[in-house]
Amino acid sequence: MSISWWKWLSALVVLTTLIVGLKTPLSPGIPNVNPTKLDYGATSVTVTGYNTHFQKASESLQIWVKNGDAIFCPYETAIVDENTMRASFSITEVLEGAFFDLYVNNDIDGTLFLPQAFLQNGMEVGLKPDKTEKCLDRISVIEAETYDFPNQPILNETIRNILVHVPSWFAMILVMLVSLIYSIKYLNNSKLEFDTRAETAAHAGLLFAFIGLATGSFWARFTWGAWWVSDPRLNGAALGVLVYLAYFVLKSSVSDREKSARLAAVYNIFAFTMMILFIMVLPRMTDSLHPGVGGNPAFSQYDLDDNLRLVFYPAVAGWMGLALWIAQLRYRMIILRLRRKTRNE
Amino acid sequence: MAIPRNQSSIFVDLMWREVKAVVAKDLKMELRQRHSIGGVLLYIIASVFVAYLGFKQVTNVATWNALFWIIALFASFNAAARSFSAETEGRKLYLFSLASAEAVVVGKMLYNAILLLIMVFLGFAIYILMLGSTPLLDANWGALILSLVLGATGLSFTLTLVSALAAQTDNNLGMMAVLGLPVILPLILLIIRFSKNALDGIAWSVNGVYAWQIVAVTILSLGLSYILFPYLWRE
Repeated sequence: MSISWWKWLSALVVLTTLIVGLKTPLSPGIPNVNPTKLDYGATSVTVTGYNTHFQKASESLQIWVKNGDAIFCPYETAIVDENTMRASFSITEVLEGAFFDLYVNNDIDGTLFLPQAFLQNGMEVGLKPDKTEKCLDRISVIEAETYDFPNQPILNETIRNILVHVPSWFAMILVMLVSLIYSIKYLNNSKLEFDTRAETAAHAGLLFAFIGLATGSFWARFTWGAWWVSDPRLNGAALGVLVYLAYFVLKSSVSDREKSARLAAVYNIFAFTMMILFIMVLPRMTDSLHPGVGGNPAFSQYDLDDNLRLVFYPAVAGWMGLALWIAQLRYRMIILRLRRKTRNE
Repeated sequence: MAIPRNQSSIFVDLMWREVKAVVAKDLKMELRQRHSIGGVLLYIIASVFVAYLGFKQVTNVATWNALFWIIALFASFNAAARSFSAETEGRKLYLFSLASAEAVVVGKMLYNAILLLIMVFLGFAIYILMLGSTPLLDANWGALILSLVLGATGLSFTLTLVSALAAQTDNNLGMMAVLGLPVILPLILLIIRFSKNALDGIAWSVNGVYAWQIVAVTILSLGLSYILFPYLWRE
């Protein structure tokens, strides 16, 4: 009787990945510097760390900025607390580029890096930098002994969302595909059972589409700064939702059961093809902010970090299983409802 | 092995004859009841006029282009919506005996394309007259005319199947919009992009990609309609 082991397993996996995803600490990082410009001459900046140990590792703490190949060291540093320090730079040299990358290094956190942390202000940008300082005695390489997620600039804590947002889209595509297959099956042999299966799978798909839209919207707010940005991938996702809403409108607008099943199956096949065309193909032709599109890295960006992958892959499988389970439950519900109706009549 | 080839050529021949019969029948019907074709034309003229009253002259190329295609899009919905709903039960039976389902859908597509081509070119002329021709100064005319041809064909091909679906429900025009808009979106975006580039006079080597994509989407919807329509037709 226990052929349903995968359901419990996927529910368990989803729950575990959610808990692990929320409980795992983020690795140390530098989310913030203030001000974000280095003036000609002396500038004093505040560097805000996250999960860092500036005080504990104060003896080995080193900080420097890098411009092109030139490295500049502060003439003065002060540690305020574990996550805050101040550093004063004095830069009067000719620069290679407009941006400075910031590096902080200590024995506990390892080397932290914030790309393009500072913009130069009032300095001369030329071909050859004047000087390079050597402010490193040694670089401490830290072997990760704690389990944590990578701390990416801009993403910061929101990186956990990858464990909800991305799997929900995978799950949606899977159940939509199931719905498509049942629609094709229905057209082949007109068994109403297949139509019900297609409908319930589409229902489950719509649920996961809404989850994906909601989590994506939150993520966009905290990384790109707006709840919705006009982006081919986002518009494609909204279009997918529209397609399936239209599918349900079509289904409910025809009272004849056979006819509505036939129309819905035809529309499902037609619309699914167009939706895939839109979501998968067209955005690759234009620029997009979304990872995986327009030259933006998708998962390779996180490839370096096996910790996140260890949770991400099971999460995808778990969410897919959960989506199939929900579709099946809904199918059974409808069958039971139909049976009760016929019994009453 | 000559027989299959022969058979297939007979099949194509027969199919073509049926398609021609369907198109001829629709053309005849249209000429007999001029009010319906006049209705679509009036729809375009009225929309352009409303746009003119709202905008006066449009000099921004992107706006000019998008506005034209939005008007064309709704006109194509209107034109395509009639292709099946206008058929009475008796005429459906006549069509059924006249041609195979595949021939009917291909015939309807061709007929819709012819109709929409006329509409789009007429509409374009009126649009230029009313909303100004300054965006046309740098235009690559070959590409622009191609965009009109491809756009009209693509829109009518894709909307024919949607129209067949909507005609079987009670609320034809409403369902047409609900079902059609999500489906047509990839195509209309491509068309708008292509004709915008044509208006900006961008070289074919850059812009040609969009033309091929429009052709690909059109062929895709032709193929899907060819496969799917027979399931709608058998009743």
